[in-house]
Amino acid sequence: MSGSFSILEFIQQIINGLTLGSIYALIAIGYTMVYGIIGMINFAHGEIYMISAYIGLLTITALTVQFGIESVPLILLATLFVSIAITSAYGWTIERVAYRPLRSQSRLIPLISAIGMSIFLQNYVQIGQGARDLSMQPLITGGWRFGPDGGFQVYLSYMQVLIATATVIFMTALTLFITRSRLGRACRACSQDLTMTNLLGIDTNRVISLTFVLGAGLAAVAGVLISLYIGKINPFIGFEAGIKAFTAAVLGGIGSIPGAMLGGVVLGLAESFSSAYLRTEYKDVVAFGLLVLVLLFRPTGLLGKPEIEKV
Amino acid sequence: MSLESNPAATAETTSTPSALLEVRQLSMRFGGLLAVDGVSFDMRPGQIFAIIGPNGAGKTTVFNCIGGFYRPTSGTVLLDGQPIHGLPSHRIARQGLVRTFQNLRLFRTMTVVENLLISQHTQLETRLLSGLFKTPKYRRTETEALERAVFWLEKVGLLHLANREAGNLAYGQQRRLEIARCMITHPKLLLLDEPAAGLNPQETRDLDRLINALRSEHQVAVLLIEHDMSLVMGISDDILVMEYGRPIATGTPAEIQRNPRVIKAYLGEE
Repeated sequence: MSGSFSILEFIQQIINGLTLGSIYALIAIGYTMVYGIIGMINFAHGEIYMISAYIGLLTITALTVQFGIESVPLILLATLFVSIAITSAYGWTIERVAYRPLRSQSRLIPLISAIGMSIFLQNYVQIGQGARDLSMQPLITGGWRFGPDGGFQVYLSYMQVLIATATVIFMTALTLFITRSRLGRACRACSQDLTMTNLLGIDTNRVISLTFVLGAGLAAVAGVLISLYIGKINPFIGFEAGIKAFTAAVLGGIGSIPGAMLGGVVLGLAESFSSAYLRTEYKDVVAFGLLVLVLLFRPTGLLGKPEIEKV
Repeated sequence: MSLESNPAATAETTSTPSALLEVRQLSMRFGGLLAVDGVSFDMRPGQIFAIIGPNGAGKTTVFNCIGGFYRPTSGTVLLDGQPIHGLPSHRIARQGLVRTFQNLRLFRTMTVVENLLISQHTQLETRLLSGLFKTPKYRRTETEALERAVFWLEKVGLLHLANREAGNLAYGQQRRLEIARCMITHPKLLLLDEPAAGLNPQETRDLDRLINALRSEHQVAVLLIEHDMSLVMGISDDILVMEYGRPIATGTPAEIQRNPRVIKAYLGEE
């Protein structure tokens, strides 16, 4: 402790925390939506995110090196589009192949299948792309500095602004979809009572597929953004990100979409503040300690509702 | 006609040339327990038909077999002459057979009006893109769906509660909402599992009027399981009595009330 913690450093930690939290929140949505509808933790979701980061990095490299495109907005949009499309296809396929045939089994069986899927995907990418870090030139550089010359300056990079903006846009789109559209209504109905929804003539398998596709799509946004932000990926990034995002989902109340958003942001802030004010090594201790505390005193998470007994 | 071969059916039922629902020798076995054993009956379009019997007689199991919750061990169920036994329940629902539950199954954290919109889902266009861009057709069908919801809410007297969460309604109101949710899909046959359970006498009288109105104004046939004898005897055209999974009598309310086997099953032997 040097005693020089100023309001500027505090603001800096908020910026860093929000950036990290945005990424966690985008991934956490996939966990929470799937859990909300079929009551299953999709442990392969972290790998979905990792695959999307690879697709993002490869697409950006192809567009810049192969095709020589220089317009940053064009590269960004094209990459997002490609990564979301392909990653969603992965999400859909995983549900179809590894979970749907096990739907009627006890809860443990699809969970084991999910862990198997996760190991499979990690190794599959490792064989295809190699186990070593893949990196690329940063696409978006620069930012703004605020604060006195010579003293601590708050640094807000363009990339951080992009991450926050993209997260807000996609979260708003998802919220509107869930609350306003017919398919969103069907999603909410499924999460309350899958059997009853089916009984009303709704093809619930289609809604479940849609959930996996949406979750994978949002993870793809996170994957593309992180490969741009960090510029370096490997086949194992899905594990840690997956665990963190899962924590965020539980923290916010698993099954609740606003909860996943809030949980992500809270977790991101907790990590960023603890690495600044304690030590970087303690950030995971604080993050998971927070999870334990929330679960002890509010087992349903911050925004979760107590589960209604289904008869 | 195969209808004549059913000895349990009343003269009234067998005289109908086209039955809406034909249940033939329906049986359902759970391991060593024969929960339903050889139940047969017919329903005409627009008929109100009740199944009564002591607890554990297999009434709800009959419902679950007809509605596609269970695949019957043997026997056939025909709706409008088409076999429906063994079909998944959502396909049966699409053919015009819908049901309510003994323990209510509303979407409790969705609003009352949303509960009615969701049950129209299959009749509405649900393509992702038209939903995203709110095409004119999407808007028009959504308005129509909303109008139908308002119509039914008015019918069951819940219009003033349209934007409340369904789980916050009083019990009797939830029952009526569940019926409205079924009726909005224009079913041919409505299955009500103990619709009067937990209702006070006034609410039961309202229910009686509602069921009669559904039949006279919307030409729906109603198959109900009920323990409230005043309700059953008042509104049913025909009654099937079950005991230990077997049908013991079929007839009009007057016939059933005089039937010695029924009296024995309900009151025990002297």
